Amino acid sequence: MSDLTAAAHRAVEAATGAGASDAEAYVARESGREVRVHGGEVESLTAAVQTGVGIRAWSGHRVGYAYGTDLSQAGVAAIAARAAEAAAVADEDEFAAPPQPAEIEALPGLSDPSVAEWEASRLADLALTVERTALDSDPRLVGVETAVYADAAEQVAIASSTGVAGEYETSTCYAYLQALAEGEGARETGLGFGLARGPRELDPEAIGAEGAQRALEMIGAGKPESRACAVVLDPTVAASFIGLVGGGLSAKAVQRGRSPLAGRLEEEVASAAFALHDDGREPSGPGSAPFDGEGVPRRRTALIEGGRLRSYLYDTYTANREGGASTGSAARGSYRSLPSVSASNLVVTPGSHSFEELLAEAGEGVFVNDVAGLHSGVNPVTGVFSVGASGRIIRGGQLAEPVREFTIAGQLVAMLGAVSAAGAEARWVPFGGSVSTPPLLIAELAISGS
Amino acid sequence: MTPLLDQDVAARVLSRALANGGRFAEVFAERRHGQVLAIDESRIESVQSGAEEGAGVRVAEGATTYFAHVDGLDPADLERAADEAAAALKGDRREPQPLRAREATPLLIERRPEEVPAAQKAAMLRELDERARAKAGEVAQFTASYAEARREVAIANSDGLFTGDDRTRVRIGAQAVARREGSVETGAETLGGHRGYELLEDDPAQIAELAAQKALTLLDAVAAPSGSMPVVVGGGFGGVLFHEMTGHGLEADHIQKGASVYVGKRGQRVAEPLLNAYDDGRLPGEWGSDAIDDEGQPTQKTLVIEDGRIVSYLYDHLTAERDGVASTGNGRRESFRHLPIPRMTNTYIAPGEATPEEMIAEVEKGFYAVSFGGGQVDPATGDFVFGVSEGYLIEGGKVTSPCRGATLIGNCLDALTAIDAVGNDFFMKTGMCGKGGQKVPVGTGQGHVRLRALTVGGTER
Repeated sequence: MSDLTAAAHRAVEAATGAGASDAEAYVARESGREVRVHGGEVESLTAAVQTGVGIRAWSGHRVGYAYGTDLSQAGVAAIAARAAEAAAVADEDEFAAPPQPAEIEALPGLSDPSVAEWEASRLADLALTVERTALDSDPRLVGVETAVYADAAEQVAIASSTGVAGEYETSTCYAYLQALAEGEGARETGLGFGLARGPRELDPEAIGAEGAQRALEMIGAGKPESRACAVVLDPTVAASFIGLVGGGLSAKAVQRGRSPLAGRLEEEVASAAFALHDDGREPSGPGSAPFDGEGVPRRRTALIEGGRLRSYLYDTYTANREGGASTGSAARGSYRSLPSVSASNLVVTPGSHSFEELLAEAGEGVFVNDVAGLHSGVNPVTGVFSVGASGRIIRGGQLAEPVREFTIAGQLVAMLGAVSAAGAEARWVPFGGSVSTPPLLIAELAISGS
Repeated sequence: MTPLLDQDVAARVLSRALANGGRFAEVFAERRHGQVLAIDESRIESVQSGAEEGAGVRVAEGATTYFAHVDGLDPADLERAADEAAAALKGDRREPQPLRAREATPLLIERRPEEVPAAQKAAMLRELDERARAKAGEVAQFTASYAEARREVAIANSDGLFTGDDRTRVRIGAQAVARREGSVETGAETLGGHRGYELLEDDPAQIAELAAQKALTLLDAVAAPSGSMPVVVGGGFGGVLFHEMTGHGLEADHIQKGASVYVGKRGQRVAEPLLNAYDDGRLPGEWGSDAIDDEGQPTQKTLVIEDGRIVSYLYDHLTAERDGVASTGNGRRESFRHLPIPRMTNTYIAPGEATPEEMIAEVEKGFYAVSFGGGQVDPATGDFVFGVSEGYLIEGGKVTSPCRGATLIGNCLDALTAIDAVGNDFFMKTGMCGKGGQKVPVGTGQGHVRLRALTVGGTER
């Protein structure tokens, strides 16, 4: 038994000892590094370790939560006591109950040794290469605001009084830059990024080149005319919207009437060109793990197929409310947070169109490759959105001049219904959770510019 | 409770941090306590409490900052962090200055929230729930949350500074969903401060009614207009417009990297002379206030725009050092797990002379953005976007139909020069500001402000 699992068991005992009828402990230890570079020099180098425990305590059908960083015997006892006290304050909820254990199938390959093996200087070289590649690409590329490499290696253990027990290790890393281009009297920015399980899988030149290209192609951008037209969403943009759709598929939002997809099960909610599933065991998915935030095995769940809504995402509590089974969708940001319903890896099924074919099919319209203001410009309850955007005009089926400072507006479910084609090449994007999506062609969206 | 950071331990940690050289070293120790309660479906749920402690040690040398953080405050934990931070340096040992304790006076907390029984907080949330639902049968859903957080911090650095602060914040939020036939709308409201439970003494359930009223009002909303038009922005959280379009671009790190539209604009006119704006970390009881910043520098009131001219940027220790000026007390960090960077505290447009009624009466056809859900800016390009949470059409000098789904979009420099009236009805609101992956509490404020023209992004032509 690892020390983390031992700590989880101790925490469970402490909580039941403090009067909880049932208890669950989630222990996580994370070590991470981050390198920020600017102007060919390392700006900051961070090394971090953190360990903590989150204890969920049930008192009959009341539930409370406490977390802390002190894993000593006395520290864990104090956290357990606070969790039990918190449960006493909560109201009774007949569906609040601890998850029952289920067989957990191992999921190897979530951890890459290069995360631990690469020395800081090698990671700094990687980030510096990202920056240099961008700067060397074009004289109009005048700077890089930041280039960053960051990684995290995490060990997670869970245990409960009902017999849930599991442990896994995972590693993730990413690098990105914000490149600055200048021309025609204005400054433009471009984001390039890559994510992987370890630094050896990252391609710093490709990341730098992407940021540079995105900034450079925006030089000379003007405002498009206000109109309704066909829109092609870059995978980075599509992912943000898919993440919002994933939020609307949470059974918690649905049961509480706070989702635009509430009450739509088995109904047509998307065009036939759009299919979506959640897969918490997808080997390449950044959000993959053998079990979820409450120890329930991760799995694949079809969400939208043939244009119809096939399932919502459930944790144990929301499943209990409907007398069904959890889809293994209890997520935790860290030991500091209670599990809550969330997608693991959302995967949009790729179509058959190359990017050029998507543009050709759009004919006249706008290619959107960046959006801003998603946290304030989207109403998650109604799905109504209006967000800032930038990209390129599509004219005669091809990319034309750059445009920025406009909004795209609509409603999430209506937009799914207007997907007229999906691209063939998907990409993992860390915005909106963990999403794999190709570019999407939307038949019509409202553009507000000049 | 043991003291956060013993002076001798701090001196030893700083000495170890400089074992391989370095121009500057600092240890930041922190103990955090928090409690959160929420009500949903008229049931108290998500009762949570947290306790964390740890420290971050940084060493600056050349253009590089070496940073390590650990959980735990045992001397051994702190020394481990110091060794880790120093590991990548290759110079000769330096000795830090002897520490001189400097007392900071924490903001006054009248009623410690941790001494208020959780049952009383639950009862307060129940009252919010009842009051919101009592507004109308159309209030279909209501959720509210209560959060308290205490951060005790101690800071010691190689220049001999040894100081600390004890910060307590309380905030409640309310969200209502209203439903009528096929129509669904939402409304939200918050109340927060760098204050204790006394913040909630004066009928906190008013925010529940306000949230419910916003959602109910929107049931009659029309689709938002699109295109360029005069825009009147409401007081309080309307100040987020200034926070995003100017405040971020004045943070010295963006300036020094050339990633701000305000580079080289200090002393220059960027707005009409009627515009004066401040960042003030000392406003009593305000959400973004602290006695000292997270580098131990006393917070201050900084005039950033005077009569339409930029007069100051916002500095932390390292960016001030680079520009050869004093820190403005804007070095803030989310926690001991983060490096301090230049951040706003409470940022606001000083009150002007116009009344909101006059400002609206002068608009023939325009948009009235009473409040925002939030906003975002790219400081390098100046492009910004704001989601309007409560907005109305202005027709013939009068506020008419409520609108749903509006966004304001524009560029900072154009929008600043477009401000042609500032109202006298000043107040502050609370927000959480994200930058570089760190969230910190900030205050925003203003009276009503009018812009000659701004793009409203809705769905109606």
